[in-house]
Order: sequence, then structure tokens, then C-alpha cells
Amino acid sequence: MVATSETIKKVRDTTKKYKYGFTTNVNVEKAPKGLNEDIIRFISSKKSEPKWLLEWRLMAYRKWLKMEKPNWAKVDFSDINYQDIYYYAAPKQKKKLESLDEVDPEILKTYEKLGIPLTEQKMLAGVAVDAVFDSVSVATTFKEKLSESGVIFCPISEAIQKYPQLVKKYLGSVVPVSDNYYTALNSAVFTDGSFVLVPKDVKCPMELSTYFRINEQNTGQFERTLIVVEDSGYVSYLEGCTAPQRDENQLHAAVVELVAMKDAQIKYSTVQNWYPGDENGKGGIYNFVTKRGKCLGDRSKISWTQVETGSSITWKYPSCILMGNQSVGEFYSVAITNNAQQADTGTKMIHIGKDTKSTIISKGISAGKSSNTYRGQVQIQKTANKARNFTQCDSLLIGDKCSAHTVPYIAQNVANAKVEHEATTSKISDDQLFYCFQRGLDSESATSLIVNGFCKEVMKELPMEFAVEAQKLIGISLEGSVG
Amino acid sequence: MSILKIKNVHLKIENKPILKGISLSVNKGEIHAVMGPNGSGKSTLSYMLAGREGYELESGEVKFENKDITSFLPNERANAGLFLAFQYPVELPGVSSVNFLREAVNSRRKYLGKEEFNHLNFVKEVRKVADEMFVKDEMLKRSVNVGFSGGEKKRFEILQMALLQPVLSILDETDSGLDIDALKIVSHGVNKYKNNDNAIILITHYQRLLDYIVPDFVHILVDGEIKRSGGPELAKYVEKNGYAGIINAA
Ligand SMILES: Nc1ncnc2c1ncn2[C@@H]1O[C@H](COP(=O)(O)OP(=O)(O)O)[C@@H](O)[C@H]1O
Ligand SMILES: [Mg+2]
Repeated sequence: MVATSETIKKVRDTTKKYKYGFTTNVNVEKAPKGLNEDIIRFISSKKSEPKWLLEWRLMAYRKWLKMEKPNWAKVDFSDINYQDIYYYAAPKQKKKLESLDEVDPEILKTYEKLGIPLTEQKMLAGVAVDAVFDSVSVATTFKEKLSESGVIFCPISEAIQKYPQLVKKYLGSVVPVSDNYYTALNSAVFTDGSFVLVPKDVKCPMELSTYFRINEQNTGQFERTLIVVEDSGYVSYLEGCTAPQRDENQLHAAVVELVAMKDAQIKYSTVQNWYPGDENGKGGIYNFVTKRGKCLGDRSKISWTQVETGSSITWKYPSCILMGNQSVGEFYSVAITNNAQQADTGTKMIHIGKDTKSTIISKGISAGKSSNTYRGQVQIQKTANKARNFTQCDSLLIGDKCSAHTVPYIAQNVANAKVEHEATTSKISDDQLFYCFQRGLDSESATSLIVNGFCKEVMKELPMEFAVEAQKLIGISLEGSVG
Repeated sequence: MSILKIKNVHLKIENKPILKGISLSVNKGEIHAVMGPNGSGKSTLSYMLAGREGYELESGEVKFENKDITSFLPNERANAGLFLAFQYPVELPGVSSVNFLREAVNSRRKYLGKEEFNHLNFVKEVRKVADEMFVKDEMLKRSVNVGFSGGEKKRFEILQMALLQPVLSILDETDSGLDIDALKIVSHGVNKYKNNDNAIILITHYQRLLDYIVPDFVHILVDGEIKRSGGPELAKYVEKNGYAGIINAA
């Protein structure tokens, strides 16, 4: 129908702009482009790091030099020139910040535009935010309130100064330096990220959130997050991310490590909205991220919830190592790809302890000419008596130029364990769309409604404060996909 | 006052003529029944009116409240007050019925320049109307049409009609597959909604429904053409003699 395709074109033209694609003008201090041991020494000295950490970084760098990029994922991109990237970019500031009022107003404005106000009067109620701008953390809110409860929430660079023993004990304890190419790189050059420690018996009184923003051109972001929850503690943590719209690809290679002790619970949610590139696949963030949690203590629990809508390439497998008996791992994922985006994402559930249990719910939505792969591993080791896993992978296709793939690996080494896997693939039907149109919904609202319905089981796992935002994001990232 | 005027409408699907010169005029306050055997083009007519992609008319005129709507998008027609109760309502897994209803009602309200309902106000509104339509609260919590029985699906369509307050409602075989009790409930809903400012086109196979919703006009659609029009007595004639007499006479 002529009228339909015209309207859709109009909608596409007016909305195709990535909402967060603006850049901020701030004075920055950068290390020279390129990567070598001197750059690593520069980063380490900029942050006045202890010697052991510099040694650790250099060790990682030397390992990385001998490693190769993983090639088993279903993503396609040309080689990255690691000498053409800035590894350190920080907004210039004269002295150490004592309060939020001293943060560069341009940066505060940036976060406000992103919907994350950092100024005291406007802060999101009930959510403490650590804002990371390029290579450094620029602000952390609600610090005092948190410290009253004994919770430590600060930039990891600050934790290295204040709690070096804690950082030393856990850094690299879940994700070894040479786990893969990108973790080695991250270990060598990471610049900032968040550190959380929830002491024994403490339920963290508010949501914690880190908001990552890449601003500078040709800059990689290599953040490092470490969350430790002691016996019977609880924390819910959310990360969000955006980047300006640029023609070249930018690398984001983060490492997140979680440690849950006896009866501890960690709920980690991600709303990933890095710049996805344009309709033809030009530009966009390469999101090569390693996230892993260790359920160290008995009855501990780690839940990963992710809503992945951005990035030109996503390579990401938030995983759980279930060591404690009766520990629980969960992975809830919505991955949306549109236009030329590629996503290869999933999880690993490694069952080691007895009676361990894991649940995987993955919802992949592909539109445009994108490619969307679920890759998941369930490993039941010999010690994992009566371990149980349930996996459900659903794919939804919009249009006929996109593709969806499901790649499950199951290794079951215990007779009395139970592993279940269900998978479905469906399409948004013309009947469904027409039904919605007939009730007055336009094509964007109809698609968004149907897709949100498809993702419901995952969306309901998100913290309330972010669920509405994430629902809207799903609609926005699929704009123009139905024609 | 004219609500719908169709003039000499022709429509082909995959090069096959399906509607072959249909004319129909519906005024405020009227109920029209369109009857005809399977495959005669009744659903096609309703899709054409609702603007479904693939059901564009080849020639002819369609005026809704004296406006040519042939270039209107389906959602624009819906918001303007043209409602279609589907013969086979489709499932929307995971989409809660209340949210769906709210989106639909709010887009019509927006079109009419009325204030949109917030969730709380809407729940109140929907409870009231659902009660009148014998739709249980519990049903509203389920996903749209998922796991609904045949009767529940039809009741849900009528609930949508009552909430949206359309100008013209086309009910496509809303009576098919209903037992007598369900038929009474649905008819009760339709009669409650009906007033002097709106109009209904009832597409049906059976005279049975017309005992509960009495039409002002009956049209017999056979093989893409309206072969005969008349009053309620025409439906009774068809019930007794079948369509054969009409087909042969034409
Ligand atoms: N989408 C379609 N593709 C092909 N043929 C169709 C389509 N829709 C309707 N038809 C054909 O049009 C004719 C009328 O169908 P329909 O309008 O559904 O009849 P009724 O509702 O009166 O039973 C039938 O011959 C049917 O096969
Ligand atoms: Mg029909």
C-alpha cells in the first residue's frame, strides 16, 4: 500500500537518528594514541597505582601480545588496528573533586540529557549512580547514605587507593587475565569502572547503577567492574551505556566480575544502548564484553538480566560459576538487532556444587538485515549431583532479510542431573499487525507492543525504575523495521 | 446522515475478482445485515473497509462520514471510528489485555482530542464496561486472546467495541461458533452499545443472530455481488429457502 510505505519512510527519516548521538565539548587529557608498555605505565601512573597493579597490567599486556582474537562467534568485522586507539581520555580537572558541584557543568548536562541527572536535587530517588565518562568516573551519588549501611560503592580507581587489599584479593579471581583476548587487553589498559562491596548481612538499601558514556573520538572504553557480596548480603546493580554517533567503529571491551558468598544474592541488570551504527552498518560500537559471576558460597544466587539493543557488534556471555551447593544462576536476556547489527550473545552456566540450579531465558529479536545468535553452554560437572538447568530460547523475526541462530552446548556428566532445552522461532504476523492497526495503533506502537509482549518474561526481571525506560527503548530500536 | 457510502466497488486478489461492483449506503442509527455463503466476499469487504494491506479497491468509491477514506491508513480509519470485530481474532502472546485495551482507547481519545486515560482511571473504566459485557476481570489479566475460548474471544471483541465507541462497527461472523447463551450475551452487548448516532454492519451466516439483533436492512452477498436487498423478512426467506433461489433468480 502506497500510503503505508510512505508513512513508514517518513517515520524512518525522522526517527532514524540515534537519540544519544550527540558529543560533549570538554577539555580532555589524552595519552598518545597506540598501545605499548609505556602507555600502560602512563595509565598506571596517572592513577597513582601501587606497583603490584602495574606489574599485573604489564603481565596481562605481555600475554595479550601472544593471544589471538576469538573467531568462533557468528560476527563479521575487519581487524581492529589497536595502534589507532586512544587508551586514556579524561576530562581535565584541576584538583580532586570534593562534591558533585565541582563536576564540569558540560558533563553534568550530558548525563542530564541522557536522563541520568547527577545533581543533588534531581537525582533519581532510590538509585545511586556512578557516572563513567570515557576513561574516568566523574561522579558518584548517594555515597554517604550508602556508607552508613556499610556498603562501599565507588570508582574502582578509588577502591584501588582506599581498599587495595580487597581489590587485590578479587581482581581477576573470577575472570582470569588470559581468559580471552579481550580480557587480557582489558586487564592491561582498564581505566575505570565501579567497585561494590556489600558486607555480611547487609541488604543494600538502594539500587546501584553505573552509567557509561564514550565521548571522545577514537577512544576505547575498557572498564572494569568488581562486585563482592558477603554472607547473606544483597545488591541490585544496573549498568547503562550510550555513545555519540560516529562513522568509525569504537571498541568497548569491559570485564565484570561478581562474587557471591554464602546466602548472598547479586542481581545485575544491563540496558545496553551503545550507538549501533547507521542503516548500512557504518560506525557503531564493538561491544566485546566478558561478564562472569562466581557463586562461591552455598545457597548463593546470581541473576543476570540484559536488554541489549545497541552496538554494531555484540559479543557477550554473562556467566555463572555455581560452586556453592544449592547455588542458583539465572540469565534473562533480550537482544534486539536491527539494520546491519550483529549480536552473538548468551551465557555459560557451570554447575560444580550439588543441587545447583540454573535458568536461562533468551529472547532474540532480529529485524532489518541483522544477525542474532544465541550461544549458550550448560556444563554439569561430575560433582554437581542433582543439578538442574532449564533453558528457553525464543527468536522473533521481523521481515525476511534478517537471521536468527541458536547454538546450545550441553555437557552433562552426572546421571541424576536434569537439563531441559526449549527453542522456538516465530515471526510477527500480518494478522497481528493488522489487528493492532485496526485498534488504532500505528506501526511503531504495534511492533513495540508485540515485541514487548514477546519479551515479557525477561522485562519483568528488570528493576522497576528502569523497566519503563527499557520498554520504550525496545520500541525505538525497532523503529522503521516494519514496512 | 450518511455514515458509510460505498459505490460500485471492485476488488481483485491475486488477479481474481472478489468484489464485483458493490454499493451500500449506511446511515446513522441503522443496522445492516450482510449475509451470504462461504467465500462470497464478506470478510474481504470488511478488510477493504478497514484498509488492510492487500485489500485495496481497484475502482469505486468509499466514503466514511462523507470523507473519501481510500488513502487512509488502517489505524487512521480506526481512530476515526471505524471498528471491525474480527471473525478470527488473533493472539498476542505476552501482551496483557488491559494494556492493549488502554493503548487502543487512548489512541482513539487522542484522535478525538480527549484526555488520555492513566492506568488507574482506565482500569476503573474498563471494569465498568467489562461488567456490562459479562467479561470477567480475570480475563483482562491474560494475554490478548491467548487461551480464550471461542466465546471469550468474541466477547472480548464486543468489549473493545463498547470501549472504543466507534461510529461504524462491522461485526464479521461474531455469532459463528457461539452457543445460544454466548449468542445472547454478545447480542446484549451489541444492543447496549447501539444508539441513534452510530451504525452496525452485521456479517452473518445465520438468521439466528437476527432474532436478537434486529436489522433494518438485509443484503445478500453472493460471489462478490449484492444480489438482493430488503428488510428483515429477506433473512427469514434465506433461512427457509437457502441462497439457491436468490442465486438462480439473479
Ligand atoms: N488473502 C487472500 N488470498 C487469496 N484469496 C483470498 C484472500 N482473501 C480472500 N480470498 C478469496 O476471496 C474469496 C472471498 O473470501 P472471503 O471474503 O473470506 O469470504 P467470506 O468471508 O464471505 O467467507 C474467497 O474465494 C477467498 O478464497
Ligand atoms: Mg469470512
